[in-house]
Amino acid sequence: MTLLRVEQLSKEFGGVRAVADLQFSIAAGQVFSIIGPNGAGKTTLLNLLTGVYVPSTGRIWFEERNLTGRAPYEYAACGIARTFQNLQVFFNMSALENVMVGRYLHERCGLPAAMLRFPSLGRAERETRSECEKLMHFVGLGAYLETAADAMPYGALKRLEIARALATRPRLVLLDEPAAGLNPTETLEVDALISKLAKSGITVVLVEHNMRLVMGVSDHILVLDYGRQLAEGSAEVVRRDPRVIEAYLGAAASAEPVSAGGAP
Amino acid sequence: MLRRLAASRSSGLAALALVVALLPLALQNAYYYEVAILVGLNAIVCVGLNLLIGYAGQISLGHAGFFGLGAYGSAILTARYGWPPLAAMAVTTLGVAALAYLIGRPILRLRGHYLAMATLGMGIIISIVVATEDQLTGGPDGMSVPALSVFGFAFAGERVWYWVVGVALLVAVWVARNLVDSPHGRALRALHGSEVGAEVAGIDSARHKVRVFVISAVYASIAGGLTAHYAGFVTPAKVTFFHSIELVTMVVFGGMASTFGAVVGAAVLTTLPQALTLFKEYEMVVFGAVMMLTMIFMPRGLVPTLAALFDRPEGPGKASRDAGGGGIRPPAR
Repeated sequence: MTLLRVEQLSKEFGGVRAVADLQFSIAAGQVFSIIGPNGAGKTTLLNLLTGVYVPSTGRIWFEERNLTGRAPYEYAACGIARTFQNLQVFFNMSALENVMVGRYLHERCGLPAAMLRFPSLGRAERETRSECEKLMHFVGLGAYLETAADAMPYGALKRLEIARALATRPRLVLLDEPAAGLNPTETLEVDALISKLAKSGITVVLVEHNMRLVMGVSDHILVLDYGRQLAEGSAEVVRRDPRVIEAYLGAAASAEPVSAGGAP
Repeated sequence: MLRRLAASRSSGLAALALVVALLPLALQNAYYYEVAILVGLNAIVCVGLNLLIGYAGQISLGHAGFFGLGAYGSAILTARYGWPPLAAMAVTTLGVAALAYLIGRPILRLRGHYLAMATLGMGIIISIVVATEDQLTGGPDGMSVPALSVFGFAFAGERVWYWVVGVALLVAVWVARNLVDSPHGRALRALHGSEVGAEVAGIDSARHKVRVFVISAVYASIAGGLTAHYAGFVTPAKVTFFHSIELVTMVVFGGMASTFGAVVGAAVLTTLPQALTLFKEYEMVVFGAVMMLTMIFMPRGLVPTLAALFDRPEGPGKASRDAGGGGIRPPAR
């Protein structure tokens, strides 16, 4: 079943086409990876798929609903959540509060109820809190519940964004380089976390440079180069595609097979 | 300790209630009462303004305009049209809320300096209108306002007004803290922290900004109405750009994103000029020096800085360090 479908998607920045004529669909339950050299348009594509950017042309369908041109919060309301490569953590709040923000969509609380503190609000808040604590344990942040976000190490912040995304109860999660800047141990933990997400029935879109991670967890890979679709398919297919090898290693190296994650 | 006190909703409010209840023991004459009332009225505006500036991270340099509209609206409806004061205040507040909504929708799309300029312009326009529409407002001379009366009972005298303003302040603080401590308050702080982060978490940032702008305008308008009826007289002086700046200064001085900080900021900056009169012509110099030194040594504002200071031995600072060392983070070697 197709969860998300993209038709002729393009984004121009003052004449530069950062993403051009993309056409693909993401099946429910997949781990769908987007790879490509620096500047290939991966993050631009993620911004388009979450409403942060409005496409220049093309359409985005989510469960056969046209979401083109909607605001990011409307994407979130439809069940699309994401993390950011350059962290967008709320550094003025505690870790747990960061996650609780993600529950906003599911909290039925009018403004008068909030300002006059109706008793029902207290119960709802306790529920939200315990649910978000569970989510923090799920992503491995059990030790940071009451920590101020600005006092947390980088690796933990990356997972904090994942917890916040999960708090929106998404059907689709887009992770923008979740392993960037992490050490090998932390990368393994992120690897395990992505597999856990996929197992729990959430569709994952992964943008990542770490090839070992990508090849290990992906069901389907989309390769971008200069904003265009270079190749698409399973890890095995993409790994052997001569155009992919050329884009990554240059034409001269195309005789060599692509090594996974910089192994000799 | 202080932070924990401020953090738990009821105990902080109880402490403020205690201060309001016990303060009259120290107020020796009508002049002291007058200053205390002025503190309370400014504090109400600042608590509302702090929701906008401290929590939502938006600036307004025009809130004296809303304060002035609240004051003049109530004054004109009671003095010129003979409305009962409570009805006049209620209708004025609704009017100001509607105006803030209309103004807020377009200008809250702006950020930083542009938002500051737009709100500044709004405040100046209101102050010009108030000063020039002299048939209605009395112009630069101001106009007199009937006393506040509810069902025939007229509120008169400093002692009565002290309790009116004290209760109004407590309600204002209670409502503000409820809001901050709700999903809506979290949404406001989130869009302050990262607007795009808040948006992808499902928060309509434009809607929340406009709402908090309206709420802060309502706070200012109510304080304006109370001021008009208490003083029995309104002049354009309280509608000026300078008063807007004064209000923002109180919020920043007391500590942004701290409701009690806003109250303390209003209290200190309202009483300080009174206390400094013994410096005679050097009053403003000393006032400026106190302000500068405070902001240099306490850049986060009075209350958050002091709270962190008292908190150090057992507070979140240490807790977070422990979590960093003994937590799940694998060694970075």
